[in-house]
Amino acid sequence: MTQKNKIQPPRWAQRLLHWYCKPELAEDLEGDLNEYFERNIATKGARRARWIYVVDVFKFFRLYTIRKPEFVNLLLHWIMIGSYVKTSGRSLLRHKLFSFINIAGLAVSMSVGLLVIALVSELVSFDDFHEKKDRIYRVITSDQRQGEPRMDLATTSLVAGRKIEASVSGVEELTLVRNGFSGDAHIGESVIPVSAVWADEHFFNVFSFPLLQGDPATALKEPYSLVLSEKMCKTLFGDVNVLGKSVLFDTTNYVVTGVVKDVPKNSHLRFDALVSFSSAKEHREAGAYLDSWSHIYSVCVYVVLPKGSDPATLQANLDKLSAAENAGIERRTISLELQPLGNIALGKNLSNQIGPVMRPVALYFFEGLALVIILSAGFNYTNLSIARSMRRTREVGIRKVMGALKHQVGWQFIVESTIIALMALVIAFLLFLFLRGQFLSLDRFLSDLVSLELTPRMVLYFVLMALVVGFGSGLLPAVFFSRINAIQVLKGSSALRIFRHVNLRKALIVVQYCFSLIFITTTLIGYNQYKSFLTFDLGFNTAHVLNIRLQHNKEELIKKELAELPEVGAMSVSRIVTSLGSFQGSTMKYKDLNDSSMAWLNYVDEQYLPLHGHKFLAGKNLKALPEGAEESEVVVNEQLLKRFNISPQDPAKALGEVITMDKKKLTIVGVVKDFHYGTVESKIEPMALRYSAHEPWGYINAKVTTNDWPATRARIEAAWKKVDKVHPLDAKFYEDQIEDAYRMFATMIKVIGTIAFLAVCIASLGLFGMVVFTTETRLKEISIRKVLGASEGRLIYLLSKGFFFLLMLAAAVALPFTYFFFDKVILVNFVYHPPLGCLELVISLVSVTLIALLMIGSQTLKVARANPSEVLKSE
Amino acid sequence: MKGTNLGEFEELVLLTIATLVNDAYSVAICDELEKHAGRSAKLGVVHAVLNRLEDKGLVKSTLGEATSTRGGKRKRYYTVTNGGKAALIRAKEVRDQLWNRIPDLILKKA
Repeated sequence: MTQKNKIQPPRWAQRLLHWYCKPELAEDLEGDLNEYFERNIATKGARRARWIYVVDVFKFFRLYTIRKPEFVNLLLHWIMIGSYVKTSGRSLLRHKLFSFINIAGLAVSMSVGLLVIALVSELVSFDDFHEKKDRIYRVITSDQRQGEPRMDLATTSLVAGRKIEASVSGVEELTLVRNGFSGDAHIGESVIPVSAVWADEHFFNVFSFPLLQGDPATALKEPYSLVLSEKMCKTLFGDVNVLGKSVLFDTTNYVVTGVVKDVPKNSHLRFDALVSFSSAKEHREAGAYLDSWSHIYSVCVYVVLPKGSDPATLQANLDKLSAAENAGIERRTISLELQPLGNIALGKNLSNQIGPVMRPVALYFFEGLALVIILSAGFNYTNLSIARSMRRTREVGIRKVMGALKHQVGWQFIVESTIIALMALVIAFLLFLFLRGQFLSLDRFLSDLVSLELTPRMVLYFVLMALVVGFGSGLLPAVFFSRINAIQVLKGSSALRIFRHVNLRKALIVVQYCFSLIFITTTLIGYNQYKSFLTFDLGFNTAHVLNIRLQHNKEELIKKELAELPEVGAMSVSRIVTSLGSFQGSTMKYKDLNDSSMAWLNYVDEQYLPLHGHKFLAGKNLKALPEGAEESEVVVNEQLLKRFNISPQDPAKALGEVITMDKKKLTIVGVVKDFHYGTVESKIEPMALRYSAHEPWGYINAKVTTNDWPATRARIEAAWKKVDKVHPLDAKFYEDQIEDAYRMFATMIKVIGTIAFLAVCIASLGLFGMVVFTTETRLKEISIRKVLGASEGRLIYLLSKGFFFLLMLAAAVALPFTYFFFDKVILVNFVYHPPLGCLELVISLVSVTLIALLMIGSQTLKVARANPSEVLKSE
Repeated sequence: MKGTNLGEFEELVLLTIATLVNDAYSVAICDELEKHAGRSAKLGVVHAVLNRLEDKGLVKSTLGEATSTRGGKRKRYYTVTNGGKAALIRAKEVRDQLWNRIPDLILKKA
């Protein structure tokens, strides 16, 4: 046979064949395939021949060719697993530091994984408690007005719901639901605000919300029927036996016809009370504003399809319906679509959602983040285990000499990594419990959406994840160690060429450290900026000001009650609380009637400006007006003078000038120093303050000086109760409100801070693996250097300098990047921000360097301290 | 009665083994089938049939000598057993009987 370069069939396919095929059949089969392969090379070319070979190997995977598993082997396997666990345990204990670092690294990243698993499994379980969940669809609407972007709504028109019910075939059940009932429930003497959902009598046929009392078929049939949740029953009556009792809303009497079990959290429909759909006049009367095809903003329609029917048929019928109805409207196309119940909570972005939903994109982001974090942690584990190979090759060599098979050595390492992963799971779980609280408190939306309670299924997923992570990260070491040649290892040749891709690993470390530095610096800068927002000089005084929402009460009454409290000082009234991001504006004109411009507004009483310590540049405060008097005065800021060029240089000259606003002539009586009407993100713009003593939807601003806030709050609450028994007191300190207004930044800092922590953990592990690898390979060299007289300090320097170079490289990339990113991209959005210091950059560099120093130092010191004679003797 | 009856393709394969005498191994059988029966015979199918015939005891197989072709893998040669011969003869007899019972007229027309 000629020895020229012969084309070979794919090796892996051959191996696959030998793996599954019975040994007695394999040889002949392979021979046949080879013969065909040679033939195909001649006729069809190498590429196709190879392809056919692979396909044939798979085709031969048949019942009669497959090797039967041998019982004895399986048994041996099980016995060996016990041995693997034992030896792995020993190895973990012997290398405590390594085990600890591995477990900690995996635990930190797995905790994020657990969080994502919990979030995803809860979101996926949304609405799965309904008996007909696979057949329930919501009718959603898309509204295309000519020349405008399309609008997608979760709601549809009442007309559509009625027409589908009456004339569209292929619907088993249909229910109409509308959110937004609210009123004050009068029961005997007590008054409690209640918000509820309107639902028609088919509601309980569609959804499986179990009724504790009442008949599901008729509970919502009659007008003015009320179905209460258990919780609501207890708040209203303190009891659940409430069937037939009546509740007075305004002047209408509602009768309780049912008690429903509390709605579980994983329902997109949430309610504490249901009101029969027919109760609302606008639902019953023809010609009411809801009775129109184009009023698509209020009603949700849910349909149940008959068993085994195709939603496409119903969709076709809906298309026909909308085509017919659209003929009656102009320049607008309204089309109906079906949305499966299971897609609602994690579905597309629709307006007018009836309950909380999560965008899949956000979820993908979380999943991706968790995946990246776990992958890099797993990679680090792999890295570390192989870096330690110097120590373990001999153990493996002996095992092999004693008769261990390749796969047995492999399993040993996989069991070891799985044990580590399971131990990490325990810590990760504790971290998860902590993270969960933090995560849910990030945003009210999240805590509203999910509770992340543990379920058995979730725990199963957790364990599964740990097993997958353990297996995945142990796979490469297993393959690596099982390939070791026993003779070579035992002969003591350390010429094992492991990881020729050292440069790749170096690059990885630089990247990891870059991200660590970027995230840490971002956190620090962000925190600094955030703190400065909170303490920002807004141009007026917010200290000790308590803003009490009036909630449509008479301000004199509240003021009278509050005035009796010794802690409460001066009080004022304002329509909005400025500097929190809420705006109100109106156009105004000066002399030139063609030149009009928007000016922001606040309506305040005569106490407001002195109470908040606004500085007058000229003029004086607004005068109190008697009841019913025409307003004629206005106080403006510097920007307004500038905008209309009303003597901006000398504000005193602007006094007495008249501006027109809302068709009223107003005389400027005072000019205040510019202050921040909006948040610090926006520039200071023209603004005017006008007089109004009655702001039923506004606020009372009270100076409150107290050392014991809870007690004072209780007293203020008691005073409030005397005036308003229905609505709970809504009072917040101005400074807390400012903190609330910037809460988004606090959230972002928390998230980025957590990522920074993770990044540092992972990067440190990666670096550690590198250091261990390098020091152990250079053990002999170090010993010789030491014998020849090198000092410990020199040795540490020698070993560490390469890593510091990497670190400095990372810093050289990351720090300028972060600086310019903030300077040119982020902080441009904030008109008023403190200058960007270099302190944050230095702090983050120093902290990362310190951590790295610890990693590098601990290992290099160990090597440098090692007794050279010990090392050299053992060779 | 499964196991005693010959399927159509099984019969063809069995006949091919008989014609090839001492040279009957899977690839040769495939080629022969393709040449004479005029139908493409997939290796996998032929293999499965050979395996089944062996299970039924109609053929027996021995591994040949290793050669330099086929990547050094030995061939598995098949020979028809006595049972196989009997099955072939029985199948032929059944057909012949049926053929004899067809009146001449009908087949000539077709």
